[in-house]
Amino acid sequence: MRTVVVVGASLAGLSAVRALRAQGYDGHLVVVGEERHQPYDRPPLSKDFLAGKATAGSLDLLGDQDEALEVQWRLGTRAVRINAADRSVQLSTEDSLRCDGVVLATGARARALPGGGGLDRVHCLRTLDDAVALRADLLPGARLVIIGAGFIGAEVASTARLLGLDVTVVEADPVPLARQFGLEMGQLCARLHGENGVRLLTGVGVRELVGASKVEGVRLVDGTVLPADVVVVGIGAVPNIEWLAGSGLVLGNGVITDTSCATNLGHVVAVGDCAAVHGERVEHWTNALEQPTVAAATLLAGERGRHVHTAAPYFWSDQYGVRIQFAGHRAPGDAVRVVEGDPEERSFLAVYERAGEPVAVVAMNRAKAFGRWRRQLVRHLPTT
Amino acid sequence: MVPVCNVDDLPHGESVRIVHTDIPIAVFHVEQDAGGGYYAIDDTCTHQDASLAEGWLEGCAVECPLHAACFDLRTGLPSGPPATRPVRTYPVLVQDGTLYVVVDAPAEVA
Ligand SMILES: Cc1cc2nc3c(=O)[nH]c(=O)nc-3n(C[C@H](O)[C@H](O)[C@H](O)COP(=O)(O)OP(=O)(O)OC[C@H]3O[C@@H](n4cnc5c(N)ncnc54)[C@H](O)[C@@H]3O)c2cc1C
Ligand code: FES
Repeated sequence: MRTVVVVGASLAGLSAVRALRAQGYDGHLVVVGEERHQPYDRPPLSKDFLAGKATAGSLDLLGDQDEALEVQWRLGTRAVRINAADRSVQLSTEDSLRCDGVVLATGARARALPGGGGLDRVHCLRTLDDAVALRADLLPGARLVIIGAGFIGAEVASTARLLGLDVTVVEADPVPLARQFGLEMGQLCARLHGENGVRLLTGVGVRELVGASKVEGVRLVDGTVLPADVVVVGIGAVPNIEWLAGSGLVLGNGVITDTSCATNLGHVVAVGDCAAVHGERVEHWTNALEQPTVAAATLLAGERGRHVHTAAPYFWSDQYGVRIQFAGHRAPGDAVRVVEGDPEERSFLAVYERAGEPVAVVAMNRAKAFGRWRRQLVRHLPTT
Repeated sequence: MVPVCNVDDLPHGESVRIVHTDIPIAVFHVEQDAGGGYYAIDDTCTHQDASLAEGWLEGCAVECPLHAACFDLRTGLPSGPPATRPVRTYPVLVQDGTLYVVVDAPAEVA
């Protein structure tokens, strides 16, 4: 293998580069990234960076130890096509890179509000540029309406509250985060909003945004109009895979891979938020950090299935001074049992059980116990 | 010298967090098979905001409870990403059954 092209210059792409070098790959490495920034960390964009407590520089993912990576960065450049026949990646700059291996790490983007757009002071939050633009509009006293009470919505609400805005969150589902945490724990998270002076409206969808040039309100399906100076749309993310249509790659809700990150094309692996392992896409930071180790091994071995990534999914979220951590595979119907602490105190750990076996664990402000349980969980995972 | 606790209150494999003039410090007592010693480092991870006293102790290293960066308790050095900078280390002393952390006096501002 003499040339590897990594598409996507964020956490998964950088992790792939580090893994390739750590595993002895000494050929040419090109990283193509659509954003003009060096790889940076996204989680603080809704937390300390948005709050003004962290600088853009502190988000840098590259450290001194990365100087030896010898990477050719093609930033501000988009990959527009991969050609399986001659193993090339075509760029928006119209040149084309011939290579022996491709790592797809194009991540995801914020889902747009259907029919939205065109109005000023309507934001989504995925990139550093998004965060800078949003922060400029988060002025004390302004009325902020957040569409979607998922993780991004909840974290932005928490940060905006801290900045002194008047915040309303609208959620179409009856209980926010129920898909991730189940009803009981979802409800507990939902209560954080009210306790911190944020209005949460659930079970009601958004019909449209109201306003002439800048947004003035959000009209709900029941006809109510919520007055708004600023709107944040936080209704999930979609994988950046459209550019791969027609490449011969099998696509679904992401680039379809097996647990060794192999796609159906022998020289192409996929990692991070754009990859769907057996159809299941994970949008967690830790996955984007760790999974590329396996992808690099698969690519270098030229053989699928020899190295696999089966770690229990893990993520965290910081809301209103509460650190929420979750690990494992929860499914509807799992029983949830508090085993430590007290949910009312917002310091507890609960275990999800299926047929008496722990399958997932959630904690608020209980990092130490959570770490112990997260490890224990590994022993209960199916060994496939 | 800052008192931490009674030696009996920090068994092998345990950690405790103290705050000295606004600096949180994490003190560890490593397992016997890792030497059994006491170590003290800055409690706040150099990556983002997490308390290392709540981390996972593995030999002479602690794994951050948030994003799993590993720090060597003896040197403070991270073994890899996401942390890129070391944490400060502090000597630990035992005197008359009490654990102390030796913290250099902060530079006096005249
Ligand atoms: C505001 C925010 C807060 C978050 N908070 C948390 C959290 O608390 N906990 C947690 O576990 N996770 C969190 N996440 C999720 C985490 O950041 C992602 O899982 C992680 O960034 C995924 O990394 P990635 O490299 O796969 O994709 P991304 O970070 O999405 O990067 C993909 C990169 O590829 C580029 N790209 C796309 N298409 C092309 C193309 N055709 N050519 C070239 N480049 C392309 C994109 O511009 C982008 O820079 C958060 C995300 C956001 C946005
Ligand atoms: S905060 Fe410690 S590794 Fe991120």
